[in-house]
Amino acid sequence: MLSRVAKNIYWLARYLERAEDTARMVNVNTHLLLDLPTIGRTFGWEPMITIMGSNKLFYELHQEHTEDNVMNFLLDDSRNSSSIHSSLAQARENMRTTREIFPKEAWEQLNNLYLFVKEEEANGLTKSNRYDFLKQVILGCQQFTGILMGAMSHDAAYNFFLLGSYLERADMTSRTLDVRSANLFSQGSEESNIKLSPFYNIQWMSVLKSLTAYQMYRQHVRTRVKGADVLKFLLQDHEFPRSVFFCLGMVENRLSGLPKNDSPRRTLSHLQRQVQAANVRELAYQGLHKFIDDLQIGFGEVHKQIAGNYFGEVVG
Amino acid sequence: MWVIFKLPSPPAPLPTGVGRQAAPVVFSPLPLGEGPGVRGNISPTLHHYPLFHQHHINHSSITHTGNPQMSIHWNQYNATCFHDELIQDSGEPRLAAAALCNYLSSLTDEELKKRKNAAELAILVMGITFTVYSEGTNIDRAWPFDIIPRIISKKEWERTEAGLVQRMTALNMFIQDLYSEQRIIKDGLFPIELLQNSKNFRPQCVGIRPPHRTWAHICGSDLVRDRDGTLYVLEDNLRVPSGVSYMLENRSVMKRTFPELFENQNIQPVDDYPSKLFDMLASISPRTEERPQVVVLTPGIYNSAYFEHSYLAQNMGAELVEGPDLVVGDNDCVYMRDIQGLKRVDVIYRRVDDLFLDPEVFESDSLLGVRGLMRAWRKGKVALANAPGAGVADDKVVYSYVPDIIKYYLDQDPIIPNVETYRCLDPKQRSHVLANLDKMVVKPANESGGYGMLVGPHASTEEHAKFAELIQNDPRNYIAQPALTLSTVPTLCDDHVEPRHVDLRPFILQSDSTYVTMGGLTRVALRKGSLVVNSSQGGGSKDTWIINTEDP
Repeated sequence: MLSRVAKNIYWLARYLERAEDTARMVNVNTHLLLDLPTIGRTFGWEPMITIMGSNKLFYELHQEHTEDNVMNFLLDDSRNSSSIHSSLAQARENMRTTREIFPKEAWEQLNNLYLFVKEEEANGLTKSNRYDFLKQVILGCQQFTGILMGAMSHDAAYNFFLLGSYLERADMTSRTLDVRSANLFSQGSEESNIKLSPFYNIQWMSVLKSLTAYQMYRQHVRTRVKGADVLKFLLQDHEFPRSVFFCLGMVENRLSGLPKNDSPRRTLSHLQRQVQAANVRELAYQGLHKFIDDLQIGFGEVHKQIAGNYFGEVVG
Repeated sequence: MWVIFKLPSPPAPLPTGVGRQAAPVVFSPLPLGEGPGVRGNISPTLHHYPLFHQHHINHSSITHTGNPQMSIHWNQYNATCFHDELIQDSGEPRLAAAALCNYLSSLTDEELKKRKNAAELAILVMGITFTVYSEGTNIDRAWPFDIIPRIISKKEWERTEAGLVQRMTALNMFIQDLYSEQRIIKDGLFPIELLQNSKNFRPQCVGIRPPHRTWAHICGSDLVRDRDGTLYVLEDNLRVPSGVSYMLENRSVMKRTFPELFENQNIQPVDDYPSKLFDMLASISPRTEERPQVVVLTPGIYNSAYFEHSYLAQNMGAELVEGPDLVVGDNDCVYMRDIQGLKRVDVIYRRVDDLFLDPEVFESDSLLGVRGLMRAWRKGKVALANAPGAGVADDKVVYSYVPDIIKYYLDQDPIIPNVETYRCLDPKQRSHVLANLDKMVVKPANESGGYGMLVGPHASTEEHAKFAELIQNDPRNYIAQPALTLSTVPTLCDDHVEPRHVDLRPFILQSDSTYVTMGGLTRVALRKGSLVVNSSQGGGSKDTWIINTEDP
């Protein structure tokens, strides 16, 4: 397949995953904030900006991280290239140039989703309609990936799609863990936290929920929601499709079906070992931020190698 | 715990059935025409149905002979100043259109509106778009479409088809001749000055003999019908004709919108075009591979026909490539940059104009083309469709010679006539044109898309003066034709039908054999009275049905 096409498909997948993950994050956090007392709460709208790595841009555009500003920024601001609107617009633009590769209904689905967001995004800004709006975005993305899974040959093009999806997802999961844990673990020891704050638990639950992991966590971890266990589940679980380890495995797996895959596969096994070997209970209290920083440098490395090997881009 | 899940419900239904849902509820309780005698016997709750009908009748100022609540009244449709494709002067539908017309007049206002909305929705959802230049970021526009099809009987179509095959065959022989012996010039039938001044003659192509001696592999000829019912060829597009994807998509929108009409009539399918196109392209491959590597070369997403490039690549299973995706090797073979490395390309269906194809030979700053492509083509390492230089024959002055060209190469009379054409280069014809500008359509020789032309009867005195000057300054570049009264097709305007002018662009594929699409793209001038059908200038399109009326 053409290098240019491979590159567009890879980015299509990344933008689509980004839109979905952002929608999940905003939805859960909107709900969480309804449960938290407004006085003395340590968690607000700002961490969502931090998770997206967009603090600089955000404060160039806005003075304060009020709900309106943050929602506007994350949902429909075209100046933010990671807003749901921009992500879907770019996903669609990438697909427009690679339409002939995908089943027709996949294009119709994405086009529809984009038109829906364009039409309805004002609704997403109001509290009462936001849940439905975001749910439609999430479902729309899921339908798209479902169509590909069920109606597209699992060929090189599909491999590039999954490469993009899982690499983006690994990145988003690690970002969520980084920002939210920093906030939660800094409050002292786990036991004292649980005693002191009745809201401690629901915050960890929200971390799970924003990665749609709550139910699976309950089924597979079988303990009450505790910070270190949540961290372990989202970093190391072998079966949950949003854990960092799982995502890396999928990237590796898809690479194995492509030519010239030596260098990115080496980087990936190294990353997988790094995740697997981490002592999560210790990390929770010390060095988590640095650990995730290292992981993200690794993701960046994998991206560069993919771009260099397949897209004909100069590895810088 | 085991949970039995409901089967997942299907996604939102296609717009197809939408129109039918409302009908039984509102209109079926009483058959129409039942008088008060019947009404007396039914329960009071049903009374409002017949009353509703009467109410409708009383407030209508026009006397209806048909059913009062129906929205299309063919007896009110007046296209008698024109040749109408569906309705005869008597007001009766033509034979091939009878089933459609009866069906349409059986639809209520409400239903018709629903079908129209459903079709529009389908177009939006299917992402059928065309691109208009300089619209900033909003470059994609939904395709304007009218749900009432244009109908041609199969018998008439067969004759037209034969005429198009004849025309293409002669034109390809003509192009081959121009780039080799130039017999037609030596024999005095075609003036050499025309060739010397032709914008689309490529001296770089002289001496080349492409496979099957075919230069124009894909042609879109524009046909129009005059007041007297005669079908004429208005022009031949031999460079990079577009529109075929809209022809195919129009059909699929219509199948979604009016499935019942397709069930009950013998409407000839059009869907085989992409596979015919692939077969034709494969037949000119320089290598005898089982499945040659065919690519579609597009100028990119900002081209107005990008939708079509992508559509055709998708439906042929070919790669859609842009100039920078291709590279010509030291061995003069063409390769595409693939994730595995370089891959040899056999056939390029290029949708890039000649002059941008190869910066080595033509425009040296072109970013759309491929350096060395002409070299590869000349050496026979790659096939190009259409061949560079084929456009020499779609010059509008050359057009005026086509009847002679057919006679010269095939020794036949043209099956489909040309529109009478005055060459401004000829002093006598020029003075006739200048004296009658208000009755003429003046066209520059080498423009397409309806740009730069004068529609005399609709133009102002200033425009007449401007064109008189243009013609005098560059007579070679202009032809004039008497303004035809283009035929019309009923077109939905708000809640009723009005005649709108149409043309027809069938597509012809030629290499070792020739294929003509079943019908073609019917373009319609949506503005009342307008004769300009180009989508860039307020035109829309309709589905085109070739109906076999002779089958049981």
